[in-house]
Amino acid sequence: MSDKKKGKQPSRREFIQKGMRMTLGASLAGVAGFAALKVSADDYVWQLDPFKCVYCGRCADYCVVTPSAVKCVHAFDLCGYCDLCGGYLKPDANARSTAAENQLCPTAAIQRKFVEDPYFEYQIDEELCIGCAKCVEGCTSFGNGSLHLQVRHDLCVNCNECSIARVCPADAFERVPASSPYKIKGDFATGSDKNKPA
Amino acid sequence: MNRISKILFTLSAFLISLPVWAQQRFPKPEFETGYTQPSTTQPLPRALFLEYLDVFVLVAALVIATWFVVKKRSRLGVMWTSVFALLYFGFFREGCICAIGAIQNVTLAIFDPTYVLPFTALAFFVIPLVVTLFYGRTFCAGVCPLGAIQDLVAFRPIEIPKWLQKILGMIPYLYLGLAILYAATRSEFLICRYDPFIGIFRFDAEFQMLLLGGLFLLVGIFIARPYCRFFCPYGVLLGWMSTFSKKHMTITPSNCIQCKLCANSCPYGVIEEPVEEQGSRRSNVQRLMTYLFFIPLWIGIGGLAGSMLHGPLSKFNTKVYLAEQLVENPELKQDPDYLDARAFVQSGESMDELVKEAREIRSQFYWGGWILGGFMGLVVGLTLLKLASHRNRHDYEPDKTNCLSCGRCMDYCPVKN
Repeated sequence: MSDKKKGKQPSRREFIQKGMRMTLGASLAGVAGFAALKVSADDYVWQLDPFKCVYCGRCADYCVVTPSAVKCVHAFDLCGYCDLCGGYLKPDANARSTAAENQLCPTAAIQRKFVEDPYFEYQIDEELCIGCAKCVEGCTSFGNGSLHLQVRHDLCVNCNECSIARVCPADAFERVPASSPYKIKGDFATGSDKNKPA
Repeated sequence: MNRISKILFTLSAFLISLPVWAQQRFPKPEFETGYTQPSTTQPLPRALFLEYLDVFVLVAALVIATWFVVKKRSRLGVMWTSVFALLYFGFFREGCICAIGAIQNVTLAIFDPTYVLPFTALAFFVIPLVVTLFYGRTFCAGVCPLGAIQDLVAFRPIEIPKWLQKILGMIPYLYLGLAILYAATRSEFLICRYDPFIGIFRFDAEFQMLLLGGLFLLVGIFIARPYCRFFCPYGVLLGWMSTFSKKHMTITPSNCIQCKLCANSCPYGVIEEPVEEQGSRRSNVQRLMTYLFFIPLWIGIGGLAGSMLHGPLSKFNTKVYLAEQLVENPELKQDPDYLDARAFVQSGESMDELVKEAREIRSQFYWGGWILGGFMGLVVGLTLLKLASHRNRHDYEPDKTNCLSCGRCMDYCPVKN
C-alpha cells in the first residue's frame, strides 16, 4: 500500500511490488496453512440430533428448500406399533381411525396400516411431509419417540450455513461427515454408537 | 457420608438412565403373522468425488479465463467462460460452495477448535487468491457466478462520480470485517445469509431475498456489477492480491495511442487517465506526510467507535439476545410462544450459565469491535492517503486493485499488435 511516488525509478517500484507480492503470498500461505491444520478430506453435511430436538416446528419454516428438506423419519426398531398412537392421532381424536379429522399430521403424511391385532404400522410419505414435527412431539410425549426429524440428503442442498441451524432453539443442528450423514434414532439405541445420549 | 454418596449415586444413575428408559415405554411387539419390519431409508448426500470435481472445474475455469484474458486477449472467450461458470456454479450447483462464502469457513476453522474444515472450502478460498496474485482478478471476470450474472445484465452502464465510488468502495471492507467478526464469534455466516443471488440460482428463497436479488440486477443494468464493486468482501482480498499481481492484463498489446476509447468502454470506471504531477513536489510530499501522520488517529477513532458498538453488534448473536431478553423480562421464561426461551428451559441449563456464556461472547465482540473499528480506520486513512498521492502516468492504465479483468477495454483498443 505504500505508494511511494518516486516513479522515475521503475526498478524501485518493481522492488516494492515484488516485496508486497511476497508479503501477500506469505500471509496467504500462513492463513491457509493455519486453516489447513483443521482440514479434512471428507465433506461435511448438516444433520440434526434427534435427542436435542425440541420439535419447535421451525424446520418446516426456515429451510431454503420448499417444502423443507427436513422430514420425519420412523425408527421402526423403537416403535411400539400402538393402536392409540400419540404421533398419528390428535389428543382429542374421536376414534382410532384414519379419518382426516383424527389425524395429527396437517398434511396426512403418516400412513397407518393394520398389521395384526392390535398392532398398526406407521410409515411416512416423505412427498407429503413438511417437517413440522407435530407427530414427533406427540410420539415423544406419549410414546417411544420413534418418530423423529432428520435432514434428508437427497433434498438438502447443503448450504454453507444451514438456515435452520441458525434459528434452531435447541442447537440440535451440527455438521457431520458426509460418510455418516444420518443420526437415525434406532442406530443409537441398538448399535454400539457412542453418541447415545446419557 | 459413604451411605449418602451411595444414595446420591443410585439416584443420579436412575435420573440419568431415565430418558433411555422412557423410550421403551411400549416394547416392540412380537409379531405372529410373519410381518417383516421395513427399514428406514437413508438417501446419501452428493458423492465426495463430485465435490472434488467442483474444485477441478474451478481450477479449469480459472486457467481458461486467465488464458483468455492475459494471453489470448479475447473478451468473447472470457464472457463465454463466465456463462459456463454461471450455469455450473450458479444454476447447477445452486451457489454453494463459493469462494466468497469460504472466507467464513476459513475464519471459523481458525477460531473454532471444534470446527472441521472441508478440503473443498479451503480450495475455493485459496486457489482464486493465488491465481489473482499472479494474473489479476480473472476469477471475477470468468469464474464467479455472482459476477457473471451481473456482468450479463450490464446493458447501460453509467459513470459514477469518483468521490462516490471511493465512498461506496469502503463498504466491502466493512462487510468483510463484519463477516469475519460474526464467523469468528460463531454467531452466523453473514455473507451466505445476505447473498442476493442465491435465491435466483435456486429459483426459491424468501420473498425479501428474491426482491433484493432482483433489485441488484435492476440496478446492475445502469451501475455495472453493483455487488462486486460495492459489497463483495472477497473482492477486497482479491483487490489486495491484484494490486501487486505479477502479470496483470494490459489494455493495449503494445503502445498506447491515447485514443481514450478504453476509458469510455469500461463499465466499472477503473481505467485511469494519464496525469502529470501538479503543484510543487515539496508541498505534495508534505501533504502525504500529514495524511500518513493522521492514520494512527483514524485507527484509534475507529477502534473506539467499534468497541463502543459491541453491544448492538452482539445482539445479532442468538445466545446474547436470548440472555438479554431473559434477564430483562424473566417472565418470558414461562411464555409458551417464545420458542427459544422454552427450549432453553427444557435444556435444563441454568440462567447463570447462559449469562456467563453471553458475557464471554460479548467480550469477544468488544475486542472484535476494537479490531474491526481499527481496521476500518486504517482503510479510511489509506484511502485518503491514496487520494492525496499523485503518480505520473503517461498512458491509460487499469486500476489494478479494482479492475475486474473483464476484457472490454482490450476489445475496444484499436491497437491490435
